[in-house]
Amino acid sequence: MSTLELSGVEKSFGAVQVLNGVDLSVSGGEVVGLVGDNGAGKSTLMKAITGVYSTDKGRITFDGIDITNLDPGKRREMGIEMIYQDLALAPQQDVANNIFLGREPTKRLLGLIPCFVDKSRIDVEAQEMIDRLGVQIPSIHIPVGMLSGGQQQTIAIARALTFKPKLVIMDEPTAALAVREVESVLNLIEQMRSEGIATILISHRLNDVFAACGRIVVLRRGNVIADLKRDETDMSEVVSYIVGAHG
Amino acid sequence: MRVESLAVLFGLVVIMTILSPVTGDGVRVFLTTSNLFNIILASATFGVLAIGATFVISSAGIDLSLGSVLGLASVSGAALVVTLGWPWYFAILGSLAAGAAAGAVNGFIITRGRVPAFIVTLGMLGIARGLALIISNGRGIYGLPDEILFLGQARPWGVPTPVFILLIVALVSHYILAHTPFGHHTLALGDNENSARATGINVRRQRMMLYTISGLMAGIAGLIFTARVNTGDPTAGLNYELLAITAAIIGGTNLFGGRGSILGTMIGALIMGVLQNGLNLMAVQAYYQQMAIGAVLIAAVWLDQLRTRGRSAQ
Ligand SMILES: Nc1ncnc2c1ncn2[C@@H]1O[C@H](COP(=O)(O)OP(=O)(O)OP(=O)(O)O)[C@@H](O)[C@H]1O
Ligand SMILES: [Mg+2]
Repeated sequence: MSTLELSGVEKSFGAVQVLNGVDLSVSGGEVVGLVGDNGAGKSTLMKAITGVYSTDKGRITFDGIDITNLDPGKRREMGIEMIYQDLALAPQQDVANNIFLGREPTKRLLGLIPCFVDKSRIDVEAQEMIDRLGVQIPSIHIPVGMLSGGQQQTIAIARALTFKPKLVIMDEPTAALAVREVESVLNLIEQMRSEGIATILISHRLNDVFAACGRIVVLRRGNVIADLKRDETDMSEVVSYIVGAHG
Repeated sequence: MRVESLAVLFGLVVIMTILSPVTGDGVRVFLTTSNLFNIILASATFGVLAIGATFVISSAGIDLSLGSVLGLASVSGAALVVTLGWPWYFAILGSLAAGAAAGAVNGFIITRGRVPAFIVTLGMLGIARGLALIISNGRGIYGLPDEILFLGQARPWGVPTPVFILLIVALVSHYILAHTPFGHHTLALGDNENSARATGINVRRQRMMLYTISGLMAGIAGLIFTARVNTGDPTAGLNYELLAITAAIIGGTNLFGGRGSILGTMIGALIMGVLQNGLNLMAVQAYYQQMAIGAVLIAAVWLDQLRTRGRSAQ
């Protein structure tokens, strides 16, 4: 079981202090809901975990290893995956290549020339992943930009799950989805939990958060102001923390 | 796009054949073997340059310094061998090193200083040309050894050496862009930089390498130029960035990044070669030729814009 530990994480953009010393710990097999107002700093905090943003202060460890100064590629290799709010897909590249972006399997061409991207393997494995997730797309060979928002969302999820992740961060994964797809994402999260994966789910839909997460963390103006067990709280309490009406 | 480019190339060949003057024995000058060789030979120089343009443009970058760096590379190689009297292979090493170094400087300032590529390479356009003129005292450096002349003037198996060089460079480049992780990352980077960063691609290193490759291509093109005319010429490659970028764009490289093919660029380079050669045969003045090439560049991007807009409106 892997554990993510954040202590005293701070981040500012110019004069704007976005994270004010965040402490948080998430373990394998746990699904943590991260909620908070627009601009509370949720996405920023998650990007600090994946390394897309560097932090100003504080320490981030994963499996006991200090990852504070590792680049995003290294953190991905350690099993930290994120589905970004803006999806971070490459629209002109095909579905399969998007899923394997940054992780292209290679072989030797004619047994000689190195670094040949094994496109047939990419296609086969991408198709398997798509089938496993039950995604409906016309073909894995079409550019991602030609898919619907919901389809793109599932491609981003497929990319995060293809490489045996230990921690999966989902930033608003259900925002663009229809009811049936939301259901399947929530089922997926439950399946990941049972496999011992640690999950952080960011969502404004408290129904989804309460359905999927055993623990709910509230971020307000860059501070963790509440860390609640689902079974010991209710929606109105969480809402009052989010809007700052509590205590 | 590649099919369309081929169609354009074919159409252009037909037009140029029809408009071409006729020799004494009733043959169209445009279609004579020696003229076709001329086209390929001329295309070889800016074809290599266009490959450099393809790498940077498909990553959503731009290199306006290609032509000037070609000139810098040309005099650098020649100066080492002719002026300083070093062994012949220093003409090769000097040209390639000068090109790659200029490209690396571009890449360094673009990635570290966060200065737009457009500005950095425009500045380098001035710097490299000035440096070429300083190194050569503003005059051509004549008289290279036979080993170097072989690279520009020999015809092993009847084919000019520059054409072999272009083919090898194009083959390797095609492999890199279409079939290696580096190529996949280049296109993804041009498509959506956030996507590249999020998937762990080292965006800074990738860009740095792309501009260095672009400079290296200008170095190779400079070497070919030197060898062809037996001169390290400080004015070599003047306005060639226009040809190179146009060749890449009409070959199907997306000016805004995310799409690019070396094969397409080679077709694009041939189109530019045929256009130039045909206009030459028709005795169209160089001034008008410049205008024609500029117009082709704008038209190619315009058409591509219309097409992509049409696609997203569907
Ligand atoms: N790259 C950036 N440069 C400058 N400011 C930024 C940047 N990214 C985020 N911010 C600022 O940081 C604050 C927190 O943004 P963040 O995206 O983390 O909020 P969020 O909690 O994810 O909100 P939402 O629920 O709307 O997604 C905002 O005030 C935002 O303007
Ligand atoms: Mg957000």
